[in-house]
Amino acid sequence: MRGSLGAAAGLAGTAAMVEGDSGDRSRPATVSEADRAYGESGQYEPDGDPHGHDSSGTVGDVDVSQFDPMKFLEEFDYGQVSTLPDGRTLREYAVVALDREIEIAPGVFFPAWTYNGQVPGPTFRATAGDLMRVNFTNAGAHPHTIHFHGVHPAGMDGVFEIVNPGESFVYEFEAAPWGCHLYHCHAVPLKRHVHKGLYGAFIVDPPEGRPPAREMVMVMNGFSTEFNGENTFYAVNTVAFHHAKPEHHIRVKVGELQRIYLVNLTEFDLINSFHLHAQMFRLYRTGTSMETFELTDTVMLCQGERAVLEFQYDTPGLYMFHAHQAEFAELGWMGFFEVVGE
Amino acid sequence: MFWLFGMLPMVLLAGLLALFAKIGPAGVFEAAFPPIEELTIERIYFTEGRIGVEVVNGGPEEVTIAQVTVDEALWQFTAEPDAVLGRLDRATLSIPYPWSEGEPHSVVLISTNGVTFEKVAEVAALSPVPDGRYFATFTLLGVYVGVIPVLMGLLWYPFLRRLTDRWLNFFLSFTVGLLLFLGVDAVDESLDFAGEVAAAFQGVALVAAGIVLAFLAVSAVDRSRKVVAGAAGASTLVLVYSIAVGIGLHNLGEGLAIGAAYTGGSIALGTMLVVGFAAHNTTEGLAIAAPLARMEGRVSGLVKHLLAAGLIAGMPAILGTWLGGFAFSPIWSTLFLAIGAGAIFQVVWQITRMMGRKPEGSVFAMLNAAGVALGILVMYGTGLLLVS
Repeated sequence: MRGSLGAAAGLAGTAAMVEGDSGDRSRPATVSEADRAYGESGQYEPDGDPHGHDSSGTVGDVDVSQFDPMKFLEEFDYGQVSTLPDGRTLREYAVVALDREIEIAPGVFFPAWTYNGQVPGPTFRATAGDLMRVNFTNAGAHPHTIHFHGVHPAGMDGVFEIVNPGESFVYEFEAAPWGCHLYHCHAVPLKRHVHKGLYGAFIVDPPEGRPPAREMVMVMNGFSTEFNGENTFYAVNTVAFHHAKPEHHIRVKVGELQRIYLVNLTEFDLINSFHLHAQMFRLYRTGTSMETFELTDTVMLCQGERAVLEFQYDTPGLYMFHAHQAEFAELGWMGFFEVVGE
Repeated sequence: MFWLFGMLPMVLLAGLLALFAKIGPAGVFEAAFPPIEELTIERIYFTEGRIGVEVVNGGPEEVTIAQVTVDEALWQFTAEPDAVLGRLDRATLSIPYPWSEGEPHSVVLISTNGVTFEKVAEVAALSPVPDGRYFATFTLLGVYVGVIPVLMGLLWYPFLRRLTDRWLNFFLSFTVGLLLFLGVDAVDESLDFAGEVAAAFQGVALVAAGIVLAFLAVSAVDRSRKVVAGAAGASTLVLVYSIAVGIGLHNLGEGLAIGAAYTGGSIALGTMLVVGFAAHNTTEGLAIAAPLARMEGRVSGLVKHLLAAGLIAGMPAILGTWLGGFAFSPIWSTLFLAIGAGAIFQVVWQITRMMGRKPEGSVFAMLNAAGVALGILVMYGTGLLLVS
């Protein structure tokens, strides 16, 4: 099945995925080649080479009818839009805190606290200068808030205005500044409220917009299923190894500009990171400038840090992306871009 | 009517339990408690490019193994017969993992509720498969450790036979010391294995039950034989065979330890385990020979018993290495060792009783007490060779 080249490849070795039996290092793998490890039926074949990447990872698949990471990846909540008398745009959002069991890896369930029943919560998106009106209702069993990152008055900060179960609160502020932001619950104990799943991305576009691109949201997170302060699973957008499965690879067109809004909301671990294989990306920290960027293939973020990443692939094939903490990667924070030609 | 009264409390109890389960006050707690899940990994073994995991559900609830990690990496696995384990169900997992020889590997099973169950294999080594080569190796190990040393120990018999009563009592006391040490050692090892037993199988209770039952069984056999035969000679023979059976079960435990150590890779760390056990067991031959030296009768007839007793004491080591090497189970190891301990303690009691029939035979007489102490010291000394 896999060549011996693959046997020597560690995590950093895309070689295992990119190279077939031919051993031709210059030739990128085709999709069908990578899929072959999973057999004709698409089922994983456990008799494969134990060194190959196909023998690591999770067994089975999550129920995507409950939460579909692929859908979440490209879903933005622009709110209910209307125009205010002064000509400004008003965006109204309805957010409900709900206690809900979510599937964080195939067959593994986590008793989460959620915004709108999902973890991460919806990706709110507005343009700088818009008025945000967030109607928050707490239908959970514990007091919660929504604390947005960005600029707003003290009373809208979601720290002191605790919303008890059954109560509501309206957050109203101007979306500012443009960039890649986030939100999370700020009720105490803070660690528990964040880790339980009350967080999401908040994107504010510049008035003139960004260059056209295919856009994705990746919220790096982890879950400690035994609540012992040590994450059992890691992922982007909750489901461990979701985009590592052939049927859930992220399809990318050759030459198309890709833009990732990357947010770190991993609890317990000091940092998390993103590493892109076989390509460099332009890193716009916090996304608050379009002039200043760094060209790199790895970025480290502490909790609450975020960035906008832009890149494109010129050659078809399978390209891995993952946390460059091998431990996080092997506990679920790993996936593939499947680059296809026109 | 008579039997009905005998049954009445049981019938009422059954009714009470049914009622409790249906409408009992415990219902209040149900919502607040997370499900109690309890898996015990009994054994991890290694084959070419693959890790095998034997797991048992010793908890009250059904458990589903949803994911598995090896060395903190999520990994593929298959479960036979099923990844869903009902109470007391067993499963064997097969994980295609490139394990490395001589290094530790940790396996974590993650249930559908996110509860984790871990076991670390301290030293990974290719696990023996039950083929002719391994059978021969294990048999040879058992012979080295059990049979040969015990038989060598029996060669003390002619020497013991010529001793005066005073010195024979000393050597019997010496035997008591040896056996006491072996008994305590067996209890210790039994408790060790009990710690690995799934909670539902109540490892420590199993140890106690094994000791008590073995003690009772050997005593009962001894008593019924005495009632039938009445002769002192027959009683001594029973004693000798009791010692042999007790030592045999102890050696079975040693065999288990050696077999399991081989499977776990630790025997590769040195032949000291075998050397130590062999030295240890030579003194066991003495323990069998000493009571026989008291018996009157033709030597040729006694040699037969001596040999038989030696084999009973030594051969279980072979069986132990097979069991430990191919089908290691903490439950059986716990039970065998506990039974061995019980039999040994019974024998200690019997020897001291036999000696005590004459005033100078008391184990508390100065020379005899010294014998007991020396026996314990010798066992401790040979035990030092066991750097396991």
